[in-house]
Parts: sequence; C-alpha cells; structure tokens
Amino acid sequence: MATEASAIEQTVAEAERALRGYSGHDVPDDKLLRDCVHCGMCLPTCPTYRLTGSEASSPRGRLWMMRAVADGRLDLLDDAFDEQMYQCLNCRACEAVCPSGVQYGPLVEAARSQLEQHRPRPAWQRVARRVALRFPFDDVRRMRAMVSGLKLYQRSPLPGLLRKSGILRLLRLETLEAMVPPVREPALISGEESWEPDAATNRAHLFNGCVMSTVFSDVNRAAGRSLAHNGYATNVPARQQCCGALFVHAGMMDEARRLARINIDAFESAGEGKIVVTAAGCGAALKEYDHLLKDDASYRIRAKAFSDRVVDVSELLGTGDLVQPGGDVSLDVTFQEPCHLAHAQRISRQPRTILEAIPGLTLTEMRESSLCCGSAGIYNIIRRDMADGLGDRKAESVRDTGVSTVVTANPGCHMQLRTSLRRNGVEADVIHIAQLLDRAYGGQHAAERGDWAFTRGDAPHQSTGKS
Amino acid sequence: MDRTQLIADLERICGPTNVRSVPSDLLVYEYDGSVDGAVDTERPLAVVLPDSTEQVSAVVKLASHNGIPVVARGAGTGLSGGAVARGGGIIIALTRMERVLRVDPVSRTALVEPGVINLELSQLVAGQGMFFAPDPSSQKACTIGGNVAENSGGPHCLKYGVTTNHILGLEVVLHDGDVVWIDAHGPGAAGLDLVAILVGSEGMLGIATKVLVRLMPSPDSVHVHLAAFGSMDDAAAAVTSIIGAGILPASLEMMDHLTIEAVEPAYHAGYPMDAAAVLLVEVDGTRQEVAETSDRIAALCREVGATSFRSAASPAEQELLWKGRKMALAAMGRLAPNYYLHDTVVPRTKLTETLQSVNDISRDFGLPIANVFHAGDGNLHPLMLFDRRRDGDVEKVLEASHALIHACIEVGGALSGEHGIGSEKRGYMELVFTRDDLVAMAGVKDAFDPRGLLNPEKVLPKGYVCGEVRALHNQAMAQKHGIHPM
Ligand SMILES: Cc1cc2nc3c(=O)[nH]c(=O)nc-3n(C[C@H](O)[C@H](O)[C@H](O)COP(=O)(O)OP(=O)(O)OC[C@H]3O[C@@H](n4cnc5c(N)ncnc54)[C@H](O)[C@@H]3O)c2cc1C
Ligand code: SF4
Ligand code: SF4
Repeated sequence: MATEASAIEQTVAEAERALRGYSGHDVPDDKLLRDCVHCGMCLPTCPTYRLTGSEASSPRGRLWMMRAVADGRLDLLDDAFDEQMYQCLNCRACEAVCPSGVQYGPLVEAARSQLEQHRPRPAWQRVARRVALRFPFDDVRRMRAMVSGLKLYQRSPLPGLLRKSGILRLLRLETLEAMVPPVREPALISGEESWEPDAATNRAHLFNGCVMSTVFSDVNRAAGRSLAHNGYATNVPARQQCCGALFVHAGMMDEARRLARINIDAFESAGEGKIVVTAAGCGAALKEYDHLLKDDASYRIRAKAFSDRVVDVSELLGTGDLVQPGGDVSLDVTFQEPCHLAHAQRISRQPRTILEAIPGLTLTEMRESSLCCGSAGIYNIIRRDMADGLGDRKAESVRDTGVSTVVTANPGCHMQLRTSLRRNGVEADVIHIAQLLDRAYGGQHAAERGDWAFTRGDAPHQSTGKS
Repeated sequence: MDRTQLIADLERICGPTNVRSVPSDLLVYEYDGSVDGAVDTERPLAVVLPDSTEQVSAVVKLASHNGIPVVARGAGTGLSGGAVARGGGIIIALTRMERVLRVDPVSRTALVEPGVINLELSQLVAGQGMFFAPDPSSQKACTIGGNVAENSGGPHCLKYGVTTNHILGLEVVLHDGDVVWIDAHGPGAAGLDLVAILVGSEGMLGIATKVLVRLMPSPDSVHVHLAAFGSMDDAAAAVTSIIGAGILPASLEMMDHLTIEAVEPAYHAGYPMDAAAVLLVEVDGTRQEVAETSDRIAALCREVGATSFRSAASPAEQELLWKGRKMALAAMGRLAPNYYLHDTVVPRTKLTETLQSVNDISRDFGLPIANVFHAGDGNLHPLMLFDRRRDGDVEKVLEASHALIHACIEVGGALSGEHGIGSEKRGYMELVFTRDDLVAMAGVKDAFDPRGLLNPEKVLPKGYVCGEVRALHNQAMAQKHGIHPM
C-alpha cells in the first residue's frame, strides 16, 4: 500500500514537472486570479454556463483553470484549457456581478495571449488567423475596400444567385453573408466630415472604428448629428484606426498595442474634448488602453489620459441634459444591451433615458436583456453552435415582447441580432440607438433646416483642428 | 468494473456530451463555495449532467451496483464542502434540470426541478403576486435542490421560516436508484414525516429530482429601514427591544463596522461609514400595519441610542439597501484575499455576550473578524479575514475558529444555522452531540443508505460511518480507477 502510494506520488510529481505554466509577456496577474473566492455568484449570468450547465463553461470554472495552470496543476496547452479560454464570449457579465471585484476580462485576455504565444499551431492555421484578423482590421483602408466590394455585391444579383446555388453554404459564408446589413451610405472617412452647431458649447471627437465607419457609416453620421444637436462641435479625427478589440479578445496583444498607440497619437493631436464611441465593443477596449499599455513607459500615462476621455454616445447624451427631441417616432421597441456596454462599461441606465425621451416611442423590456446575444466580436463566426444557441434564445425573448424593432448599440450585436431574428422567423428590425435619436431630431433634414452646419470634404486641418 | 466501462455506461445513460471524465475536466468539480483551507478540494471519479429523473435513477443504480459513491450537486455555492466528492465518487450535477414544471396560483404551489435557481423562481411567479420565501444571500445563484439539502435560510426566514417550512413534497431517487414521491405532512397527518427528515439531510439520504414548493403571497406593502449605532451593544439592544416588544419584522439584519467598510465603497448602499453597526429592518404586511410597525421600530431604535434612522423611499432604494447586505459576504474579497465564514447560532439573549467573545478572539489571534448576521434569530456570521498565502495565517484561522465555536457552544449555541455541516464541521459534531445522539443519526443514515454510498464522509464524524474503513476502501478504488490525487 505504502509503496503503491509513493509510486503514484512519483508519477504525479513527474507529470507535474512536465506541465507547462505561464511565461513570456501578458501573464495572468496572480493577485487578480486569487481575488476569486469561488463563491459561484457569477454563474447564472454567464451565457455559456446557462446553455450548458457545465462548470467548466462558467466564469468560476475558467478562473479555477487559469489558477490551476499558475499553480502547475494543469498544462497550459491542455485542450480543455484552450477550449474554455476561447469558448468564453468575453462578454464580461461575470465581472459586472462579481461581489469580490474579480477583473475577469483582463485575466481571460492574458490567458489567451499565453495560448497565442505558446500554442504550436499548424502553419496554415497561423496564416489563416493572420489573414482573417490582421488583414481587415490592421488598416481601416483595407476594411473600406472590402466593404465597398461588399456593397457592390449586395446591389448586384449575385447574393440571390449564390444563395440559390448553395455555394455560400459550401464555403460556410452563409452566416457572414446574412449578418451584414445592406450598406446604405458611403464610408465615413476620418478627417473628412464634421458637424457644427450654431453655438457650440463643447467639443467631441468621434471614434470612427473600422466596421462602424464602413458598414455602419450611417450610424456614425447619425451620432455626429445628434451630438451637434446637443451642442457638441463634432469632428472625426484623421489618422485614427480600428480600436484593436478583436486582437485583444484573440490574445494578439502586440497587434492591439500597435493600433492603440496610433489612436492615442491621433486623438492627442485632435485636441481636447470627449472621445465619443458608437460601438460598445470599441468603447470598452478604448477605455482599457491604460491596462493594455501599462508596461509601455512612453505611452502609459498618455493611455490613461486617453481612456479617461472615452465615452459611449449614449453615456454622454443619456443624461438629464439631453436636448428634448421634437419629432415623433412611433415605434414599439425593446433594448438589447450590448455586453460591452452593460457589463464592461456598466452603462445601462443612460440608453434607456434616451429611449424614454423620444416622443411616441414605447419601450418594452425583454427577458434577459443583458444576456449575451452570441455575437461577441467574431465569436459568432468561429463558434457557430454556441452563438446560434444564444441567438435563438435572444430571438425568443424578442418574440415574446411583440415589438417591431430591437434597439442596440454595437455592430456585432446588430449583425448577430439580424441573423438570429431572421433564422427564427421573428419579424423585427434592428436599429442603433443613435439612429433612433437622430430620427427624433429630424435626421439629415434638420441640417437642411439649418440647425447646424454639416461640412464634408473640408481640408483635413479644419476637421481635426478647427472645431 | 473498470473505469473505461463505467464511463461508457454513464455516457450511454446521459449522452456522451453530458459526462466528464478526463482529469482536466474534473478539475472544476473539485470545489464548491467553501473557503479555501477549510474544506479540502478533491477530484471526483466522474461527473454526469443528467436531464431527467430517469437518468439520475439509472446513474445511481449503476453506481450502487458497483459500490461507487454518488454526490448530488446544485450550483456549488455550498459553504461546508457538501458538494465535494469525498473519496472520489460520481458527481451528479443537476444544473441542467432547471425546468419549472407547474405553477398553481390557486393553491400557491410550484413543482420544480432541483436545478431551478432560487431567485429565478421568485421572479417567475412575481407577476402572479407570489414569491418563494427562503432567500439565502446566494439566491441569485443557488438551486432549490441545494436549498432543500441544506435547509437554507435567509434574512426573511425570521418571519417566514426556513426552507423546510416551504417544501410540500419531494420526488427522491433513493440509494439503489428507486424513485419515490413523498408528501410533506399537513396538520393531522399520521405516520412519519419523511419530507422533514429529507430536508436538511445534505444529500446523504437521497437525491431530490422534483420539488413541490409552497409560494407565499407578496405583501401589499414593504418598508426597509436602516438604523445606525455608535456601538455593537446598542445595535444588539435594539434587536432585543424590537423582538421584546412583540414585533416580528420580515427581517432584522446586523452588520458591523468592518462589514460596512467592505460593502459601502463597493455598492454605495448608503450605510454610514462612521457607524459601529447598522441594523437593516424590513417590515411587510398591509399598508396600515406596516406604517404603524415602522413607527414603533423607529422609536425603539432611537430609545436605545440609534445615531440615525433612515427609511428607503423607493423600491430602488430598498433594493440598494438590501444589496449591501446580500452582497456583504462576497464583498469581503475587497478587504482580504480570503475569508472563513462561520455560521453559528446562539440564543438571542446571548448575542451581546457572544459578540464580546468574538471581539476577544479577534484581538487574541490578531485576526480581523467582520460580523454580518441574521440578528433576529441569533444566527451569527463571523467572517475571519486572512491571506492564505501568508505564513501561519491558515493555522491561525483554524485555531481561532476552534475557539469561536467553543465560545458559541458554551452559551448554548448550535454549530450551523443554515450552511450545513458537510465535511467542514463534521469534526465538531462530537462537541455538541452525545454519542447516543450521533448513533441515532447514523441509524437514520443507515436506514436510507445502508452501504453509505450517498455523499459519504459528510456530517457524521469519523467512526460513526466506519469512516476509516471507508476511506481506505475509497482510496483503493480511486487507485483502481486511475484517479490520482493532485
Ligand atoms: C455568497 C454566499 C452567500 C450565502 N448565503 C447563504 C445564506 O444566507 N443562507 C444559507 O442558508 N446559505 C447561504 N449560502 C450557502 C449556499 O448558497 C446554500 O447552502 C445553498 O442552498 C446551496 O445551494 P447549491 O445549489 O449551491 O448547492 P450545492 O452547493 O451544489 O450543494 C449543497 C449540498 O446540497 C446537496 N444537494 C444539492 N442538490 C441536491 C439535490 N437535488 N438532492 C439532494 N442533495 C442535493 C449537495 O450534495 C451538497 O451536500 C451562501 C453561499 C454563498 C457562496
Ligand atoms: S468570479 Fe467573483 S462571483 Fe464568480 S466565483 Fe469568483 S468571486 Fe465569485
Ligand atoms: S465573460 Fe461572459 S462568457 Fe466569459 S465567463 Fe464571463 S460571463 Fe461567461
């Protein structure tokens, strides 16, 4: 018995020696990891736990695994670890409810960075990831080119033909294709447009984003107009880039840092004033630049100053000071809270304040309005099953409210909601909150009435410096 | 039976995606909500996630046939190690059985599966003017099955009673996999009231697969008040005079200064940061009744020297005041990396005296202790704050705990108000119970579970369940199945 036991101990000891732990940069902070007292209070808010009932798919389980890797009890490259670090939607719902203040987001991002650094991936996978993520998001111009291609595609007879032919299904591009709403307006090019109220009381700089400036340029313009209506001289600083959130979520920290530095430079030279964001996911990432660049001596302090200036458009406008809209928008709506708004940024009240201020609009709350819809960056493309499960659950919640329109505030949610509603046969539109507000203010026509001056094609120095 | 065969059989019963068997998947089932250090973690042999009574029954049958222990698990928020598989048995996680099968607003009952989350049941029936009364602070996460097993209580149990008062019937899978339905006794019923025995049995007598619960009508009116005091004694005096005046508030909760320090910065609930203690008092009933009682409580608090008395004006404000209390436990992470929570109950009349002992122990051991508790029924929750990684801290906490438990027992207290004994406090059972008591309990266990396969090594101290013999047996079995303690 005794010898057997010691034999086991020896095997265990050997196995432990072979376990790979954390090393290199972005090691999950041990102190933060140990803030988790495994009380389990976060479980019911976690979308992946709700779908599976499995402890491994819960925030507590994931934190425990991260800790086990740190303690040398679990191999960093264990499949179960990899699976869980990437099954997580990084929706941060757990973080918002954790009574012990566990900072889950930075921890899972660091764990992913560890996997990125140490996981041997087949060469084709590495290339595929590079292309899939880096190509479009690394430079806004590339995204623009892709989206104008997409626009041509949407307007051509091609979509119908391809769908019928089954080629999309074959290439697994169906979801992607169905997600993207019709691109209505030309891309909003940073540095080229601004909105000037007659009597500006404040200045705002619009964060343009990659998907927002292209697929959703109409939303950004609506936000610009609404800001102007509220007395903000608003411009879109030149030289800004994608926020880098998708890189952070994928654990590709170096790529994210590169973009962060570019954005800090761009908004510093734009001068004082709030940095206003229309995509909750970008806003959350921008507000965490200080964390992302904490080890960068020359950017650390500037990153903090940058993050402090960032506000979501509904956070800035959804207060008692909102200029009361005059136009009537008769719609029955419900509000889907983007995770990165409600959980990561804890903004929940302000969007509702805006919705309640719009004449004619009726807001019906849905069940689980802050449960993740399954979008989570590019999650819905890489983790179809889980994402579809959440999308279906969301569609049912929408159906039960009987509303005609779902309001949200993030491009990922926007696209995921579109597909989920369509797949489940729920006839409801999806709209960004800034578009609704803009409509209530009279939209583009208000500009024509002379409520504020809209400038396009100004010399770059005017849009970045003057306003 | 060899391990591969066992896993294959479990997969056949529950479906391959609902069985966990590789070590890295089992890792996350080695803990529950208990404090690090107070309860040893332990990896189970396997975990199954059944979704019907039939599956639970088949798993138990299979396990019983092979002499393998089984442990039911709800949300794993338990604080006494109840859901940790001692000796490496099969964990039956009931988290996928979360359907509300029937709500009857006329008889005010609901039939639910065990994995239904406590608060979500109340939310579901709120529209029909009802609620499920037992409200542990963990109600956002814990399951009805766990509540039944632990006979959980909460702030509102002062007026409404604990879980056992709200369970009308249970479907139970017995040790050999048989399924039975048992009704709770109404007044005048004859025979043994088995529901009363099963509720609070910590998963040692059977696994609940359906629960018929009583729902209470939502009160017309609710008031929440916050009284602040310059000393713990004054606050305790207020409790005594409120109860002494024949008032039965819906709840009567007390928090000391240290707790306020953890909670207030986290939730901005409006607790005065300079108070030595606060009392959170909730009164419910008809509008007039509530108004009158509230006035009386305000007067009584002022009489014993309350430094302030504030009433929540809106439901949102009520919720905020409550949030501070409900989240208090968990907010302790802000004061220290680890806490050890005790759950002793003392007679209400000994409250002041016991709080003094707690204070002394804190001083003697140099260990901060926060007090947040159900003052109305004398259920103390002293929280010892420590840092597991600091040398000697764990030992200090265990010694201080020993002293604390002794102090409570000396004034006629009980080991646990609501968190159960589990594996955490089974070593203390002999302090409170005589040999005869324990033999009697072992007899009940034996009648339900003759081979000791249901949640072994819990509640009853070693020796009363042939502990040593069984531990050896389990060890041998773990080795046979290739589970290595890590
Ligand atoms: C922050 C926090 C606050 C808490 N506050 C309170 C409080 O105020 N009052 C209170 O009473 N408790 C409290 N608890 C303790 C705990 O939440 C309760 O004991 C709860 O009832 C456990 O439910 P669970 O679903 O998490 O059960 P688990 O922890 O999963 O299991 C607990 C026990 O029940 C058994 N069990 C679970 N399901 C079944 C079933 N279907 N059939 C048979 N046995 C079963 C398990 O084997 C185990 O022994 C708190 C815990 C935390 C973390
Ligand atoms: S993350 Fe927070 S809520 Fe979740 S188990 Fe850990 S301490 Fe509890
Ligand atoms: S971030 Fe979202 S998906 Fe990930 S563990 Fe937290 S709640 Fe779950």
